[in-house]
Amino acid sequence: MPYDIPSARALIRETEVHRDIYTSPEVFDLEMKHVFGNAWVYVGHASQIPAMGDFITTTTGVTPVVMVRRGDGGISVLYNRCPHKGTRVANELCGNAGRFFRCPYHAWSFRLDGSIAAIPMPEAYARTEFKGSEAAKGMTPVAAVHVYRDFVFARLAAEGIGFEDFFGDSLSSLDNMVDRSPVGRLEVAGGVLRYLHHCNYKMLMENLTDTCHPMVAHESSAGTAVAVWNTMPPGTPKHPAVEIYAPFMSSYQAFDSMGVQVWPNGHGHTGVSHSIHSDYSAIPGYYEQMVAAHGEEKARRILDTNRHNTAYFPNMTMKGPIQALRIFKPIAADKTMVESWTFRLVGAPDKLLERTLMYSRLINAPTSPVGHDDLEMYERAQDALHADGNVWINTQRNYDPGETPEDTAVTNGTTERQMRNQLRAWKKFMAERVVA
Amino acid sequence: MITDQDLIGFVLHEARLIDEQRFEEWLDLFAEDGRYWMPLEMGQTDPILHNSLFYDDKLLLRIRVERLKGAKTYSQKPKSRCHHLMQAPLVEARDDATGEYATWAAFHYVETRLDEQTLYAGWSRHSLVLIDGRLKIKLKRVDLVNCDSAFGNIQLFM
Repeated sequence: MPYDIPSARALIRETEVHRDIYTSPEVFDLEMKHVFGNAWVYVGHASQIPAMGDFITTTTGVTPVVMVRRGDGGISVLYNRCPHKGTRVANELCGNAGRFFRCPYHAWSFRLDGSIAAIPMPEAYARTEFKGSEAAKGMTPVAAVHVYRDFVFARLAAEGIGFEDFFGDSLSSLDNMVDRSPVGRLEVAGGVLRYLHHCNYKMLMENLTDTCHPMVAHESSAGTAVAVWNTMPPGTPKHPAVEIYAPFMSSYQAFDSMGVQVWPNGHGHTGVSHSIHSDYSAIPGYYEQMVAAHGEEKARRILDTNRHNTAYFPNMTMKGPIQALRIFKPIAADKTMVESWTFRLVGAPDKLLERTLMYSRLINAPTSPVGHDDLEMYERAQDALHADGNVWINTQRNYDPGETPEDTAVTNGTTERQMRNQLRAWKKFMAERVVA
Repeated sequence: MITDQDLIGFVLHEARLIDEQRFEEWLDLFAEDGRYWMPLEMGQTDPILHNSLFYDDKLLLRIRVERLKGAKTYSQKPKSRCHHLMQAPLVEARDDATGEYATWAAFHYVETRLDEQTLYAGWSRHSLVLIDGRLKIKLKRVDLVNCDSAFGNIQLFM
């Protein structure tokens, strides 16, 4: 059915949501234009482009962009199309453009801020009104870019909510991840795992804070890991993978006691008091480095914060305690690219990166048993949501009629509050313009 | 005395055990410190500080094998099936004194579940070692021709 902004917004109710936000191509198009236009979307990390001309290509929503390091050290995010015929200018996932981007079709070239450097046979435009054309602006920069502790975010809408207003206190999760480096700096490391999902990206976002699924859906993987481990002779040294798998089998009560935090604009996290990442073995030498860098009290404060998943609306999530970040890139209503990125804590032991890579490989890769468990559920839902007998999805667990989209609150850990928080944010950003 | 034909036969038999889902027998082919490695990038040399699609020791392989037959393994309801088409393996190195051997084989591999069938192509390298008179896998390295592509689920073994 044809949708517009008001009818799309009506798909979100307080405690249930219409399946068309997961299945309808029309809703998807509106969502890409408005929700992903008005929100601040994660683009990439500054460590991916250390030198002038270094670039990565990616998407914000479905919009192709290129993030590039300029000669003055700043970072530009440009729409990745030639203003002439629309050809994608930068084609590799990452590379170096030198001082200029050059379109491979007609050799129009652009400075690293997107402005036109040269066009072959300029005299052909001399007596035209080219200077007033859209093309004369070069590769269009996205409207707003903000770099926060090397994390690069972009907002496509020319006018809209500011970066600080959008994220507010939720940046504390990002801060915690960076603060875990003794020198306060992260570097992307270890490659990127790319996992194709035939489901809507919001299913992944909602699953992040769904603490009532691990002991059910992951019994096959985490439960088996625990069962196999229990057959090992007593005294066998703890296997690092078992340390990663076992907490997925925590009880409802355990997850409930961990807590959920919500912030305005759809951000939130699981694991407030403690989390599935709290009880990993210490890495020799790391704590001492942190104490030397920060003093004992601050080092403890940083390392005792073990948030589970922080969901950054609309499509990014991070795990501070293990320096992992995932982006759920929407491709179509029923197709999503999941990218798992990992970071080195600059100045900390390599063992931390090794553990992070193992976590991503076991949990978030196309070859991960835990990933197989989850994707099976998403794809079954993506198919079965076409059942017209009931077109609503229930998000009612621990609903409190006093909830508002602007709440900052800590609740019990098995609530569906953060899912409602994201859906309310979706409704808010499904608008022509969102300024606050 | 291990002949080249023994080594070639071992590699083909290993693929057949996977295709016939005789996973317990397959696991038994690995040395206790054996590894199954599928790199994430071409020519990858570091499995520790660069990620891989698989870098499993025998315990992790056992967890996968147990999981595949689990009653609550919903991603295997219904089950996946797979098929190897192997080029004749080449013996690349042999050292009878130490009992260490290396083979190389190109393959096509199909994994299928429900109505989906996915084709993968690559090269498998076996590092084999003679233990108590039996050949065991020290390292099976599988390099996919498109190792850096995005993939859907890969649930079985190449």
